[in-house]
Amino acid sequence: MKKQLPVIIGLIAGLVFIVQFFSPAITPIQERFTNWFIVVSVFAFVLGLTNLITINLQKIQRREENWPYSFPLLISLFAMAILSFIFGIEKGPFVWLFNNMMLPMSATMFSLLAFFVASASYRAFRARHKEAAMLLVTAIIVMLGQVPIGAAGVLQYLRLADITNWIMAYPNMAAQRAILIGAALGVVAISLRILLGIERAYLGED
Amino acid sequence: MGFVKRMSGLDRRIIFVIIGLAVIIPLLIPIGLPIIPTAPARATYDAIQNLPEGSIVLFSFDYDPSTMPELQPMAIAMLYHCFTKHLKVIMIALWPQGPQMAELSMQEVNKQLEAENFPLPEYGKDYVNLGYKSAGGLVIIGMATSFAGIFPLDTYGTPISELPLMDKIKSGKELQAVVDLSAGDPGIPAWVMVSRMAGYPQPPEPGSTDITGKMYLLGGTTAVSAPGFYPYLNTNQMQGLLGGMRGAADYEKLVNKPGTAIAGMDPQSIAHLVIVLFIIMANVFFFLEKRQEKRKAT
Amino acid sequence: MPKKSLGFPTHTNKATLTVFVTVMVALFFSIILVSASHAQPTPRPPTNLGGEDTPLDAGGSVQLSWTASPDDTVGGLVEKYILSRSTKLEGPYEELSYVITSGTTSYADAGLIDEKGVIQITKPKNNINYYYQLIAVGKGGVKSEPTVIDQPVMAERQWFHPGRINMLVASLVLSLFILIFIWQASLGKELYIRPIAGLEAVQEAIGRATEMGKPVLFIPGIMDMDDIQTIAAVTILGRVARMVAEYDAQILVPTSRSLVMTVASEVVREAYLDAGRPDAFKPDNIRYLTDDQFGYVAGVDGIMLRDRPAANFYLGTFYAESLILAETGASIGAIQIAGTAMPSQLPFFVAACDYTLIGEELFAASAYLSREPKQLGSLIGQDWGKVIFLIFIIIGSIIAIFNQLNPDLISIKSWFEMQ
Repeated sequence: MKKQLPVIIGLIAGLVFIVQFFSPAITPIQERFTNWFIVVSVFAFVLGLTNLITINLQKIQRREENWPYSFPLLISLFAMAILSFIFGIEKGPFVWLFNNMMLPMSATMFSLLAFFVASASYRAFRARHKEAAMLLVTAIIVMLGQVPIGAAGVLQYLRLADITNWIMAYPNMAAQRAILIGAALGVVAISLRILLGIERAYLGED
Repeated sequence: MGFVKRMSGLDRRIIFVIIGLAVIIPLLIPIGLPIIPTAPARATYDAIQNLPEGSIVLFSFDYDPSTMPELQPMAIAMLYHCFTKHLKVIMIALWPQGPQMAELSMQEVNKQLEAENFPLPEYGKDYVNLGYKSAGGLVIIGMATSFAGIFPLDTYGTPISELPLMDKIKSGKELQAVVDLSAGDPGIPAWVMVSRMAGYPQPPEPGSTDITGKMYLLGGTTAVSAPGFYPYLNTNQMQGLLGGMRGAADYEKLVNKPGTAIAGMDPQSIAHLVIVLFIIMANVFFFLEKRQEKRKAT
Repeated sequence: MPKKSLGFPTHTNKATLTVFVTVMVALFFSIILVSASHAQPTPRPPTNLGGEDTPLDAGGSVQLSWTASPDDTVGGLVEKYILSRSTKLEGPYEELSYVITSGTTSYADAGLIDEKGVIQITKPKNNINYYYQLIAVGKGGVKSEPTVIDQPVMAERQWFHPGRINMLVASLVLSLFILIFIWQASLGKELYIRPIAGLEAVQEAIGRATEMGKPVLFIPGIMDMDDIQTIAAVTILGRVARMVAEYDAQILVPTSRSLVMTVASEVVREAYLDAGRPDAFKPDNIRYLTDDQFGYVAGVDGIMLRDRPAANFYLGTFYAESLILAETGASIGAIQIAGTAMPSQLPFFVAACDYTLIGEELFAASAYLSREPKQLGSLIGQDWGKVIFLIFIIIGSIIAIFNQLNPDLISIKSWFEMQ
């Protein structure tokens, strides 16, 4: 029963959501299931938080490798939580810390992309075969066509911006749609396998 | 290790330093590269330009601080355009931090208008900020019936019945244009799919400037997401689209009001050029290395 | 002669006088207020009140519309409207506490539940006729004459959404193909599945990690368990964890969502149990980092640079962090297998990873790795469904081309529109 019960629950919940799409009368049941999911995820958050705190406290206690890094993690976790409880999240120290520490740090991580695009391009865009050659030529055209330098000086006669727009609007769009259609069909297949209990790997079984 | 092999496997830290310089130097010493607006950006500009004085435009602020660098310059340039054309603006948000984005945009626009001695738009008469409501598509559907039903109060708590602008327009069906600045979901797909079903006015025919009883649907989004919305442009479900910082720079150029987007174009151009040169260099050394290996084999 | 008192009251009489004066003053001001309110003009009532069942719902909702009162203008008399409901035309009408501001010309009576979950207004019951009354309220609470609805309205439950019948047909056809091939596979029919390089390399990658004595890193995307890509990633995690357990290696699974951590922990534990190595399972290897996108990326990058995994799996939903993860993994020399159905992130994975599963290959991966006939059968069925779609795309494209020349020709566009 321990192995069958999750499959039965999955089947019932899946059918409710599928039937609701075609039958508005089922909407209250579907909304109830959605609310249950929200409640479950909130409780799961408690588990996640406990996991995070436990692992880092253990690291400090056992002086495991890189244990000093756990201090700023725990301090910032508790500091933000306590400040938000005392001063709220609309204004005050929490907002100051969020705007002046959290957002700049997120922007810093985001900005790594600029550097990584360059290093990934240097490593990956090599004409090992004709498809790779097509990829790198297209990448060069699109990269130059999307910025003003692609229309400066002699490059303006190549009309790179127009070619870029054509590439983005037609071949690129066709490929993206094909991926999305294929992915949608894949979603139907995997969903059917899970609902019918054929796919059980998410339960850890074979 | 030979020079060719060393260059072929160049330490990525050298690449990072060069890219860093390629971005910093043009920021400090602007080049002023020419910006030629793309067709979608021009279409967006032409749509707003085609609206008669007094037309009401709805701006939907559907982004947050993480995408501000790309979308905020678009918001500022388009609002500047609307106010200099004496259009009226209703601001709403389908994302929680949208109302703050709208306020920050207005602060910037007011500075620009003040610098030109242009009369500042008056809150309540020329523009309103109705704030944020959750449930994206349902908000769009609800506004088609009644603004008051969805936004009984503006973001400052004032009943909209006390806002003179909201007396001129009761529902979304009376709008002349919608501008959706979106970084994700809810955003452009919601507006495209839901607005026509909900009864918003149809778009004008492609190439037509007669907008009686019609409504433009214009959008601004991040550079990564923009290609995904080209099908809407191609099928006239949208009449204009600004993509990323380039789109914002195009619009700033069209309204002749250089801002952060145009300032960002020089570093972006040089960085792209440097990456292209790296790619060419990598291929040169790749082929040289292959030739060397063939020679060694023979 | 004894002094007479002036006839003014003693302390008891003083109290009485105080009360008398207070009442007179209150009466005086009441008269003034009542006069003032009566001095406010009465707004004219709204007209043309009509209603219908809210379409395509589970019932309990009625859409009402009306023409605003002529006094409903900016600076006008009308401040709000009051809606009332009754099951009989003659009443009594129950006033509903909806906030209907001036300027509104339609409203849905669907009940009201406050933020604490308490029902403030009950919704109309299904299959019962209701009559509505609308009153315009002016300044000082002055009410207009009530406007009564001309026909009663009934809330009804709709059991089928007619605008989605095309989707139902498409879903049934696709599901039928998948079920037919699952059935054929269960009968023992030989099925051919083309080799997928990324999945063929999974065993090689895990083997490499085992030989080097390094862990395997598995990232199941950054979204929650309600995302189908995350579910697909977790099903693959079960198979990968089983292989890792058999090879007696370690698997690290840092997650961005608590629920994913909980599920992943159970999946990996069961995988080690199935492989007969329950003692080798280390719960601390499956950990929650943070929901924040770039905070998570920073955490995973730190794990990669410190623990130096030899094989990295990036399977699931990714956004801007995809290249940051893949490049950092490339910098430590790990073999990398990625898979996502996000078209915008695929180019980054293709450029930076050794193998990439594109779109549907992610959803096929678990079936492919299991080599179980029924699961492989579903892949064949899915492919036949794709053939049907391809045929419609080709037919539709040809018709669209001819429609450009002659707009009056048949159009099948409406077959695919969905409400």
